[in-house]
Amino acid sequence: MDVIVGNRGVTAGGVSPLADEDLGLLLLIRHFELALLDLFDQGKLNGTTHTCLGQEYIPVVLRPLLDERDYVFSNHRGHGHYLARYDDPAGLLAEIMGREGAICNGVGGSQHILRGTYMSTGVQGQSLPIAVGTAMHLERGGQPLLALAYIGDGTWGEGSVYEALNMAQLWRLPLVVVVENNRIAQSTPTERQMSGTIADRARAFGIRHHRITGVDVEAIRADLVPLVAETRHQNRPLVLEFDTYRLGPHSKGDDNRAPELIREAEEHDWHPVYAARFPEQFDRISAVQSRRVAEVVADVTARPLSTWEQ
Amino acid sequence: MRVAEDLNAALHTLFEACPDLYLLGEDIADPYGGAFKVTKGLSDKHPNRVLPTPLSESGIMGVAGGLALAGDRAIVEVMFGDFIALCFDQIVNFASKSVSMYGQRVPLRLVVRCPVGGNRGYGPTHSQSPQKHFIGVPNLSLYEMSPFHDNATVFRRMLDHGEPAVFFEDKILYTRPMYADGHIDDVLRYDLIGDPSVARVHIEDPDDFRYVVIAPGGLAHRVMGAMRTLFLQEEIPGLLLVPSRLYPFDVEPLLPILARAEHIIVAEESVAGGTWGSEVAQSLYSRLWGMLRHPIRLVNSADSIIPTAAHLEHRVLVQENTVYDTLREACA
Repeated sequence: MDVIVGNRGVTAGGVSPLADEDLGLLLLIRHFELALLDLFDQGKLNGTTHTCLGQEYIPVVLRPLLDERDYVFSNHRGHGHYLARYDDPAGLLAEIMGREGAICNGVGGSQHILRGTYMSTGVQGQSLPIAVGTAMHLERGGQPLLALAYIGDGTWGEGSVYEALNMAQLWRLPLVVVVENNRIAQSTPTERQMSGTIADRARAFGIRHHRITGVDVEAIRADLVPLVAETRHQNRPLVLEFDTYRLGPHSKGDDNRAPELIREAEEHDWHPVYAARFPEQFDRISAVQSRRVAEVVADVTARPLSTWEQ
Repeated sequence: MRVAEDLNAALHTLFEACPDLYLLGEDIADPYGGAFKVTKGLSDKHPNRVLPTPLSESGIMGVAGGLALAGDRAIVEVMFGDFIALCFDQIVNFASKSVSMYGQRVPLRLVVRCPVGGNRGYGPTHSQSPQKHFIGVPNLSLYEMSPFHDNATVFRRMLDHGEPAVFFEDKILYTRPMYADGHIDDVLRYDLIGDPSVARVHIEDPDDFRYVVIAPGGLAHRVMGAMRTLFLQEEIPGLLLVPSRLYPFDVEPLLPILARAEHIIVAEESVAGGTWGSEVAQSLYSRLWGMLRHPIRLVNSADSIIPTAAHLEHRVLVQENTVYDTLREACA
């Protein structure tokens, strides 16, 4: 059995310098999500939406490790995943607001997006067998490409997760499962909905598991380069568990966590860490992205409603 | 040729013709060749595309969905139709929804093969007819195997359509012969009408009938037996219509025939309540109201789970005599 259980990375507080591009992407996602919550407060959004505040660094870490032909499967909390793949906040906001220029004409909304080889869906665990199918397609195609699926800790309650892991390892398919373990499944703390550990569950299938702590984008990325390359070139499935924190509510305004839990999440936020460590770069880029998102909001809000030819 | 052999030959033809076609299912590999031997010889010829899977109905339906999403074609064999309940999420919430929920047309070339029906003594969890649970799902087509419809043609249609389809195979058909060239027996003849084709079984003259039965392929022999008896004993001629595609079911081309029937009967093996038969009846009521001479009659199995013992199972499921009694009573 070839299992690696890792536990590296650094804790919030010490972070390596970051390229403008990466910090720009982090801050784009942060400002985008804050703008969404603001739009909700103003009554301008329909339905619901799930922001990834606090978790933005995960797709930013992974962005350069992925080929545009790799399949990426996102979930209900997918705005950061989408923005890390496509520099398209206007298309995403138009989709969420049902305005002209929407990626999916406003049919899918926040959690059902399809663009190229990127797809998200609102049913927990459903995308894992789908990712196995696309990984099989890619593996048969002979190119070193992979399928990556984002799930949360709560998704491990779904049986399809295990069916998919079994087949991925049995058939040696290039599948990366990225677990954003933010310690809470909607309102249920992980310790009240999961027995054992994700590491042990991956180990049960003979699948490599790697746990990542901290928010140092550069350090985590360097750590992951060889692991993702192995999945890509040797068809070795991989479970990456990010030990992370959800800053905001589950959806728009449903946060009933105890204040100390919210404070704990804030203490692990990447935002103040990078702000303190690289103030000049941070303030400069944050101002740019804040302005950009404000312009996108003004632009998209003024657009006509989307149309859909059924 | 027996129906299972025709189906097996159809799959062989498809695999030769389509290099992007995959088949997934439990115990489908040679030398076993599937619980009903429908996949025999396929894995030996196409080992990389015919994949025996773990016992993971939901998972393999998802894998097939992923292959279809990536542009391949996929067929899934669900060993017993009852187990399709485990695939419900992947069929209804992924495959069918993905065709249109992204605001654009996403072709998904995916067929779920689903052996159904009782009268074989397999008991409550291996004998159901779950067709009704999949009626009315947007972008999902339902087909049923019949001894009149060439399986290769039907599979071509399902795979080329670009939307997922469930293909129900009544298990009692596997060992029955396929019909060819319009001849059934000394009494019954058939022809194919419409597109997708509906088999029209008649006595001598297809325009001479007092009643019309609409039934899926699995019921065909039971209905034909009842028709034959009623004609030989009472000289009452009737017509049987067997559609290849159950849903959506376009009744428009059949209205000229149905409008002339003294009685219309819809027969199916499912338990009554939200069924295909009631769906067909409803669409006929709305189109033929004012022309109908009698209420449309439905034939269903009893409101019961399906027992294993032959004498108990026989009482619960629609039999030839159930259909006969209904026809006799209607035409009395």
